[in-house]
Amino acid sequence: MSLAGHQSPPVFKQGPTPLVRLLVLVSVCLAMLVADLRFRYLEVVRQGLSVATWPLQMAAAAPVDFVRNAAVYFATLVEVQQDNAELRRSQLDAAQRLLRFEQLERDNAQLRELLQMAPAPGVRSVAAEVLYDAPDPFSRKVILDRGSQHGVEAGMAVVNAQGMIGQVTRVYPVQAEVTLLTDKDQAVPVQVARNGLRGVLFGAGQGRMELRFTLSGVDVRAGDRLETSGLDGLFLAGLPVAEVVSVDRESQTFAVVLCDPVAAVERTTQVLVLGRAEAPPPRPQPQPHSPPLRRTERKG
Amino acid sequence: MQPTHRSSRILQPAKNWFVFLSLFVALGLAYIPTGRLPGVPDWVPLVLAFWCIREPLRVGMGTAFVFGVLVDIGQGAAMGQHALAYVVLAYLATSVARRVLWFPPLQQALHILPLFFLTQLIMVLVRLVAGAEFPGWGYFLSSFTSAALWIPLHFLLLLPQYRPVDRDDNRPI
Repeated sequence: MSLAGHQSPPVFKQGPTPLVRLLVLVSVCLAMLVADLRFRYLEVVRQGLSVATWPLQMAAAAPVDFVRNAAVYFATLVEVQQDNAELRRSQLDAAQRLLRFEQLERDNAQLRELLQMAPAPGVRSVAAEVLYDAPDPFSRKVILDRGSQHGVEAGMAVVNAQGMIGQVTRVYPVQAEVTLLTDKDQAVPVQVARNGLRGVLFGAGQGRMELRFTLSGVDVRAGDRLETSGLDGLFLAGLPVAEVVSVDRESQTFAVVLCDPVAAVERTTQVLVLGRAEAPPPRPQPQPHSPPLRRTERKG
Repeated sequence: MQPTHRSSRILQPAKNWFVFLSLFVALGLAYIPTGRLPGVPDWVPLVLAFWCIREPLRVGMGTAFVFGVLVDIGQGAAMGQHALAYVVLAYLATSVARRVLWFPPLQQALHILPLFFLTQLIMVLVRLVAGAEFPGWGYFLSSFTSAALWIPLHFLLLLPQYRPVDRDDNRPI
């Protein structure tokens, strides 16, 4: 073996030179990056190796857990009393809503049966706690303390008391990684609660979100509430997501619709992971022999 | 080998198990979830660069690749992001090793600082190309804190080698 930048005489040469080794390893790394970021091929490898690094990660997280628990331990009595009063108030409020909700749910089931519609999808929920921000500084992700052993699956929605905060994107045995709504790569299919207009909401940085691909002529106003449409087959319909802050119709085709999340997306600790109780029906397969749809030809 | 090439003190050879133990301790420190705290030193490239300079025949690009992948997995980053940066760091560190060892630790740290900066720059470029958000200039603070830690680390990691060959009562240390 020879050192980088120092040529050894040919007699002692063993193996490839440092520059060759560098190029080989760099190309391996680039291939891994493309396979992971573009095609998601390496999830199996990641899951497998994460089992090996698990003890070290647990040991590293221990001091952070200790500091967090110590902070809880030294909370003052006044704070606990205030919290308690607040919780009692909100529980009373929730109780009377719940009474009405149960009655409405019965009514809804009966009406659906009368109209011979499919029953509304059941809900599966897992209560979880946010452990910490994911260390990767390039994305907005948090780690939950519940994983595949507790029934968390990739794709489930994560909500807090106010509304949706993100989506489970990667599941480990006892932890799960949640991509927050404000992440640049996170998309949520939504509809405007006022008129049912559908769109896709993307993270826009600085804690904001953007309703993209909205034609500038459509009816969206500042103050509109956006909720999940459930058309993706993953999320439940009707979870509150965001509120429209500003609509800019300056450009020709698309309006720039900026929104603020309803929930405190980046400052939440107690969350609920929601998913559908049964898998959505499979998508219809395209007919292999059907003639292709004819497009209207443009003139000019 | 001496602490630096100008020193006249002869060190014990480095133990293999100590080299890899220090690398795994650095990996454990890198796994501590510090959230978005700016200026947390990058422990793994720090220790990796140290051994690439001191023991270039034992620790090199292969070790850098393995530890880079382990950091990628632990931090939930893109696979290959840290590995790529650490491999380049190891190559550059071994190629400047002969020169750096002539200087005292403070000036060694100044030699290493641009390498740490380049390591972070590679990671930022890789993720920006992949379409991520720019994390802000505070991200680059880590390479400065890492370089500042070079001086205590230089003492700490050489400590086991400062032991004399034969102990007797007439010779303290």
